[in-house]
Amino acid sequence: MTTHTDVHAHSHPINKGFLSWVARWLFTTNHKDIGTLYLLFSLVMFFVGGVMALIIRTQLFHPGLGFIEPNFYNVMVTVHGLVMIFGVIMPAFVGLANWMVPMMVGAPDMALPRLNNWSFWIIPFAFTIIISTLFLKGSGPNGGWTMYAPLSTTYGPPSMDFLIIGIHLLGISSILGAINIIATILNLRAPGMTMMKMPLFVWAWFITAFLLIGAMPVLAGVVTMMLFDRHFGTSFFSAAGGGDPVMYQHLFWFFGHPEVYIMILPGFGIISEVIATFSRKRLFGYPFMVGAIAAIALLSYVVWGHHMFTAGMAVGAQLFFMYATILIAVPTGIKVFNWIATMFRGSLTFETPMLFALGFVVLFTIGGFSGLMLAIVPADYQYQDTYFVVAHFHYVLVAGALLSIFSGVYYWLPKWTGHYYNETLGQLHFWLTIIGINLTFFPMHFLGLAGMPRRVVDYAPQFMPANMLCTIGAFILGFAQLIFVYIVIRAMMKKGKPADARVWEGSHGLEWTLESPAPYHSFSTPPVIS
Amino acid sequence: MMPKPMLKDYRPVNYYFVADPSYWPLFGCFGLFATLVGGINMLHHNTFGTYLFLTGIALLVITMFGWFSLVVRESIQGLHSKQMDKTYRWGMMWFIVSEVALFGVFFGALFYTRMFTIPDLSGTAGILAKALLFTKGDTTHIYLWPHFKAAWPLLVNPNPELFPGPERVINTWGIPALNTVLLLSSAVALTWAHWGFKSDNLKQVKIGLILAILLGLVFVGCQAHEYLLAHLEYHLTIYSGIYGATFFMLTGLHAMHVTMGIIMMTVILIRCFKGHFRREHHFAFEAVAWYWHFVDVVWLFLFVFVYWI
Repeated sequence: MTTHTDVHAHSHPINKGFLSWVARWLFTTNHKDIGTLYLLFSLVMFFVGGVMALIIRTQLFHPGLGFIEPNFYNVMVTVHGLVMIFGVIMPAFVGLANWMVPMMVGAPDMALPRLNNWSFWIIPFAFTIIISTLFLKGSGPNGGWTMYAPLSTTYGPPSMDFLIIGIHLLGISSILGAINIIATILNLRAPGMTMMKMPLFVWAWFITAFLLIGAMPVLAGVVTMMLFDRHFGTSFFSAAGGGDPVMYQHLFWFFGHPEVYIMILPGFGIISEVIATFSRKRLFGYPFMVGAIAAIALLSYVVWGHHMFTAGMAVGAQLFFMYATILIAVPTGIKVFNWIATMFRGSLTFETPMLFALGFVVLFTIGGFSGLMLAIVPADYQYQDTYFVVAHFHYVLVAGALLSIFSGVYYWLPKWTGHYYNETLGQLHFWLTIIGINLTFFPMHFLGLAGMPRRVVDYAPQFMPANMLCTIGAFILGFAQLIFVYIVIRAMMKKGKPADARVWEGSHGLEWTLESPAPYHSFSTPPVIS
Repeated sequence: MMPKPMLKDYRPVNYYFVADPSYWPLFGCFGLFATLVGGINMLHHNTFGTYLFLTGIALLVITMFGWFSLVVRESIQGLHSKQMDKTYRWGMMWFIVSEVALFGVFFGALFYTRMFTIPDLSGTAGILAKALLFTKGDTTHIYLWPHFKAAWPLLVNPNPELFPGPERVINTWGIPALNTVLLLSSAVALTWAHWGFKSDNLKQVKIGLILAILLGLVFVGCQAHEYLLAHLEYHLTIYSGIYGATFFMLTGLHAMHVTMGIIMMTVILIRCFKGHFRREHHFAFEAVAWYWHFVDVVWLFLFVFVYWI
């Protein structure tokens, strides 16, 4: 079946006046435009969430109250988490998928372009609602991003209702986006592009999309129950009426754990592309990489209990969740091993994307190991709700997901803009980021092991030196990102060395057959893959 | 100007049609935003909430009308290639899967309550739960509500002052059984309508659709009657403890889906009268049929796990 596009004259961008410029971005159905919108939105929210993180770290610079009110501290912790997860990491990955998946499978565009536009534009509306909760009477949401009952039901401020509808909107956006990505990958591959020839980034997103379809409705359902408990007198999470607050945690983490992998699997895909390119080798063990992602995705649905070992859980359930969680180390180990094997005897160069990929492999593995420690029930009784947990999930989300996004952006930026970024600045960004991350989050391991609880506005004086280090690291990490903004703006203004179609010496795959910058419609006639 | 649709010589294009820029998605965003923000403000007793909510609903209806008309026009013009048809099939299928997950979480709440919460609260965990170490023990029972007894349907809640339980619950073999028959016959009627396409008998399609819609409407009527009965006679309400909460949440969500299904079938019926479908080109009909059968299967689960067992 042929797939060449009907390229209408009027589907090209119109560059006449300010209004038509605005209209182009508002009404666009082009996967590249929408990908750009996702990525820019995510960049803006990155700084919104980042400022919140710095407010938290400033408060924690030394013990004692003073910088912010305790309740505002709780609000900051809550909204920082929500913004970084739903406003930064997820939109950034969807943006990369929008840009790259059609180009990588040889498609003209995403399968459902109008739906694609809708998936994006719902998100700014959702975050308008979520950010507005900070200014509402009473207080912003202050129960932590997990919104545990009864903190969110009986004791939740009125603004919690707005958070609930914000989450509903984000859920709609994610589900529609996931459906679009699945339809694109299943139906719009160029002739000859069999499933097992797809780049690993496409595979990773394919599996992530299924996780989204299975997990996001669960979140929608559980926040709906919360809304009903708050306003319509149901007793889902109130034991007085025969419900159970722990059930909230079960249902929430049934969404929450697949969500964790939603935020890392596309990163695995990016890293697999980047390491192969800069090692100038094929990816080692491709079928195993695909299988490992699928295995991780499947296991992610049966391990949610490890987030709530101390919440009141039967011993049998604890044992099950412990063994199932530790099992995930096997496919994850396969991935790390294969990345290293890809580099083995490769002809390596260390441009910025590769540096970020290497940083990812090392630091994500540390995060994975601390995850294994947390999975062990008796040990978890000690670590639960301490800074050890904070250190763990920031190693997998910042040093994992975020570094993989940086790696992907540097890797594909010349393809998007037609110009190389400034390599020196890129490397400076990398080193400052790596130093910042480790200075911020590594001491947290020791703080946690020494017994400092998380989500507290004040702490015992003996934790001060390590906390000061964390705060200094956080500011280095935060301000280093301004370099990234400068690099991106420079590339968007078409400054820097022009790039050819291949961009990187070791690059391979369909996206590198298109000129740089890539044409507005990717493949008007489908390429044939032999 | 759109050329007048000519379905007689229907020949779809053989390229993948990429939709032009469209303002409908953004319009829909405003609709969703106004509906939800308005709804919450209604709950907070702000007067503007109602107006915002109604505006939002209106915007959503306009969006659906505008957006779907656009797709229908493209379909009639033959812009939907065979490959596009496949995209729609995958899209609808995975949408329904996400709906399965949505119902799944409410069923999950029901099963969790019955298998874990009630036995733990009443100190009556079974032998199997004890052998597999799947019970948290009876501490909550002993210290908080020592008089609470396990039962399903749960007529007496752990704290009856805070959550007065229902007097009785809906009889399985009354309205629910009738509703099962109604919904299943509606599904049969719809399948019969679908066969009409195979034999190019559009009259059969229309009659089948009308029958399916009518049976669906009677179902919703019965459901409404059941709700009234529950509230007025049985004092079974959404705030009468976990039984009422799960009962109304599950049946209510399902009733919403049935209502949506009826609206969808009505649109399809109108499109049948306008002559939009042909033997080889009627995916919109099939999508709605899939949805209706999905709603049907969910009902069977409801009948068994909510009304019966």
